[in-house]
Order: sequence, then structure tokens, then C-alpha cells
Amino acid sequence: MKKNWFVYPYIVWMIIFIVAPLLLLLFYSFTTTTDEGIKFTLEHLRRLWDPIYFSVFLRSINLALISTAICLLIGYPVAVILASKEYSSNKIMTLLFVIPMWMNFLLRTYAWMTLLEKNSPINVILNLLHLPPLQILYTDKAVVLGMVYNFLPFMVLPIYSVLMKMDKSIIEAAEDLGGNYFVVLRKIIIPLSVPGIMSGITMVFMPAVTTFIISRLLGGGHYMLIGNLIEQQFLVAGDWNFGSAISFALMIIILISMSIMHKYDKEYEGGAIW
Amino acid sequence: MTEPIIRLVNVSKDYNGTEALKDINLYIKRNEFLTLLGPSGCGKTTTLRIIGGFEKPDTGDVFFDGKSITNLPPYKRRVNTVFQRYALFPHMNVAENIAFGLKIKKLDKKTINKKVTEALELVNLKGFEKRDVESLSGGEQQRVAIARALVNEPEVLLLDEPLGALDLKLRKGMQVELKRIQKAVGITFVYVTHDQEEALSMSDTVAVMKDGKIQQVGTPETIYNEPKNAFVADFIGESNIVSGRMIKDYLAYFAGREFECVDAGFGENEEVDIVIRPEDIKLVSEGEGMLIGEVKSVTFKGVHYEMIIQSSGISWMVHSTLMQTVNSRVGLCILPNDIHIMKKVIEP
Repeated sequence: MKKNWFVYPYIVWMIIFIVAPLLLLLFYSFTTTTDEGIKFTLEHLRRLWDPIYFSVFLRSINLALISTAICLLIGYPVAVILASKEYSSNKIMTLLFVIPMWMNFLLRTYAWMTLLEKNSPINVILNLLHLPPLQILYTDKAVVLGMVYNFLPFMVLPIYSVLMKMDKSIIEAAEDLGGNYFVVLRKIIIPLSVPGIMSGITMVFMPAVTTFIISRLLGGGHYMLIGNLIEQQFLVAGDWNFGSAISFALMIIILISMSIMHKYDKEYEGGAIW
Repeated sequence: MTEPIIRLVNVSKDYNGTEALKDINLYIKRNEFLTLLGPSGCGKTTTLRIIGGFEKPDTGDVFFDGKSITNLPPYKRRVNTVFQRYALFPHMNVAENIAFGLKIKKLDKKTINKKVTEALELVNLKGFEKRDVESLSGGEQQRVAIARALVNEPEVLLLDEPLGALDLKLRKGMQVELKRIQKAVGITFVYVTHDQEEALSMSDTVAVMKDGKIQQVGTPETIYNEPKNAFVADFIGESNIVSGRMIKDYLAYFAGREFECVDAGFGENEEVDIVIRPEDIKLVSEGEGMLIGEVKSVTFKGVHYEMIIQSSGISWMVHSTLMQTVNSRVGLCILPNDIHIMKKVIEP
């Protein structure tokens, strides 16, 4: 076979920026530096089972699952509406939905901080209406709100694209055979959009479980998710070994959840994003 | 029995400024096999979709059994459709596809199974229940689509170019099959195609459409033998269409001479279109011909030879079993019965 020389720059790129860091991560996860030099150890991985760290894992996964579920509940109807006959030819709706994504993620999250403050415009209006103020900043609710707000488009777009590609005559056939809108939705549209739902779930769950910015800004300085824990180990505690071990464990969790989803997804037709 | 099962009255439909249907009136009789025939873009599929309920006409009404169904959604109509690309549900097997409509009607499991088996037998797919629809060939998918529609016992079955995606041999087989199925279930079939041969061989009634208008409705024989205008004549089978004029009743002038014919009722010296089928032109020796021509090309077509014969500025297409040699001179003979006179179609 003819050698393709154009491949080499990419291979070099991947070795420097993907393979080498991964190996470094593995190296730090399983070693410790003592006076006698570098030694192999499982101590860092064992430390993850300490209740204090384990609870951070559980909380991160829990919040990510809640955010993913809310994104799916909100996102699926939105995708159906955007892909429907009335709106599919009208790109403005889709555009309006995507525009916030063009703005920096940090800016949008800071904006929510302002909106949720004690004297925020929302609370001023609530006060005028003699309603109790909204006090969710620095709680789980604010973090979930931030995740849902930031990651919702990642749920909507893959579902939308699957729905747009769906053969409209299949839907017409189901109507023709006596199915009203809800029957068609339940028996045809939802089952056939499973690949999109799967992509959406993956694309929301993964950033949600690893985020540290949303939890830092909306959860307050002492709020801990896995992302914050990793950041802290590297930047504050200076414990690169433990930080690597947490990252390694997180990667394993993500790989396992992806392979479960992928297996489930395969039972349906392909068309997923990965 | 005289009341037509479906009646379209003054139906018009406009898609973003282009008129797909212009004031269509159509009667579909109970238990007949009616074909909507026409070139692509003539509005035949739109007509079918209006009957099925997938499109709403801008003006006009659709009557089913004497009652207006214009505003009824598809799932409330007693018609079922076989779609162009079959539109089988890819996430269900053959039996689940066919049972879809029955399950919605909430029939019990035993009845559903029995009906599914019967439907599969009807389309010659016995034992295919558990097969995955995507593993089936085009012809088999087509049969499943037909079974899925027929199992609901509709009063009218709509078929949108159902054989369009099949190869020629399979298509011929399915034509016979469809006709057999229609006889077996004894319901009305409304069939859309652009294939004139298919239309002629399967239908009881053919409606020829062009530019959103119905040109002619009649039995295949009438449409073929007595086309109403030059478009129908040209679309249904091959035709020689030449300009001429009527000198008086039963006497036409074209190709530089007078011809006796059997048509009357045109104005004196009225400009007309003369339509002559290629198989109706007889080849005789040079001396006996009404016209003398020179053979320009000869193509073997299986049963006959197709020849182009040039005579006084007109190229005649002639079908004959007698082969002529290129460049030879022959006589052409046309009998009065085979000359069809048509009013000139004034193109807008």
C-alpha cells in the first residue's frame, strides 16, 4: 500500500497532545514520590473511597443526571416543535435557539449570577408583586439551572437533526393507518429518534459531570463537584498524583456510561453523533 | 351503486404560488381500478394526497360516500395508502408493521394474528411474520406495504407509484399481482403512475392529467383509440402528430393531400391536429401508396421494426413487421378509421 505522508503530522499531533498527557495521567495516578525515588502505589485510588471524596462523586453524578433528565424533558418537545412542518422551513426559530451558544459560556454563567442575586431584577419584580424572593444562588438548584441553561442546546440539536432526517412518509403512513398525533409520537417518532436522544444525553451528561465553572460560580466558593476537586488538587493542594487519580476515575466512569449507552443505541438504527 | 365512492368537486391546490391543481372534478366509482396518469408535476400525486388527507385543498370539496371529508384528518378516513417508498416502520418486523393499524383499533391478539396471517397470504408472503423489514427486497417490502394497508379493510386503497422503484421484470409481475389482489378484495383502487403501459394494462378507468388539469377520463380502450387531444394521444402510446385542416366533414387535408376520414363537426377549413398511431400506417409498394416516402432509419424493437419515413417534409414513425432497407422508397397507406382529428390545443 502506498504510504500517505500527510498522515504523519496528525500522528505527531495526537502523540504530543493526547497520548502523552494520557500516559502522564496514568503515571501520576499510580506513583508516589518519596525520598527513595518514585514508587508504584494504589494509595491514590484507595483514597477516592474516603467518604468525603466519594460523596463528591455521588453528588456530581446525581446533579448531572438531574440536569440531563431536565434537558431531555425540555429539549425533546423543543426539537419536535423546531422540526415540525410549521417551523422547519423557518430557520429563525432554530437560529434564535442557537444564538446564545455563540456567546461565551463564562459570560452566560456570570449573567445568571446577577439574575439570581438578592437584589436581582427578578427579585425586584417578585417584590413588587408581593411574592417571596427567589433565593437559590449558591444551592444545588442554581447549579442545576446553570447546567440546564448551558447544555440544553446539546440535547436539542442532535434530536432535532434526527427528526429532520426522518422520512416524513413514515409518519404519514402511521397517520394513514389510524394513528392520531399521540399514537404516532409514541409509537413512531420517539422510537425512531432514540439515536438522537442517546447523543443528546451523552453530550449533556459528560460536560455536566465534569464541570467546575458552573458549580464554582453558581454554587459558591466551597461548593464541591468532581471538577472542582480535580482543579483544587492541581492548583491549590499541589497534589498532582491524587488529582490524576480522580481524573482517571472520572474517565473510567465516562467510558463505562458511554459503552452502556452505545450498546443500547446499537439495538436501534445508527445515526448517532459519535 | 350509482353514487360514486369518491367525488372531487372544483378542487384547487396551490404550492407557494405554483398551481398544482386547477379546478379538478373527478368521480371514482365503487370497486373500480382508477389510474391517475400523467408526467411528473402534473398534479396526480397531489390529487392522491388530497384524497388521503395529507393535503388540504385550497378550494373545493372531497366527498366520500356522499359526505364531505375535506376537513377530516387522515386517521379518520376510511382509505389507506401505499406510499411510493413503501414507508415501512424500520423499527418493527413484518408482522408488527402489518398489525399497526389493527392494534390502534384495539382488536384482540388472536384476531390480529389471524388477520396478519391472512394478509400475508394474500400478498404471497406466507411465513414472513418475524422478518426484519430492512432485510426484505424491494418487491417484498412493497407487498408488506400493500398488506399493511389492506389489513385494515379500507374501502379505497390509494397507491402512489408503488412500482416505481422496482426493476422492469418485477414490475410486470407486480402489475398482475396487484390486479389479482384488487379482484380478490373487491375494493376501489386509486393508482398513480407516469407509466402509460402500466395504466392501460391494469385500469378500469384512466384519468390523464397534465399541468394540474384532467385531460381525459375513460376506459383504457377509449383513451388509446379516441384520445381527446394531441397531448393525450402523444402521452398514451406513440403517435404521429401533424398539423392539418378540415376541408369539410369527413375530409381532411394534411401532408400535401386530401384524406378521407371519419370525423365531423369541425368548422370548414379549421386548423386541426391530425394524430396517427405508428402501427396504423401500412407500408405498400411505391406505386400503391397514398404518400411516397424514403426510409431514414430502421430499429428492431422485438415484435416489430420502428422506422422513420420521410415524406414531403414530414417524418412519420411507422411500426411494421416488414423490414425495409434504409434509403429505399416506399408507399404509405392510411385508412380513414385510423386518422384521428383533434382540435388544436391552444397553449397558454
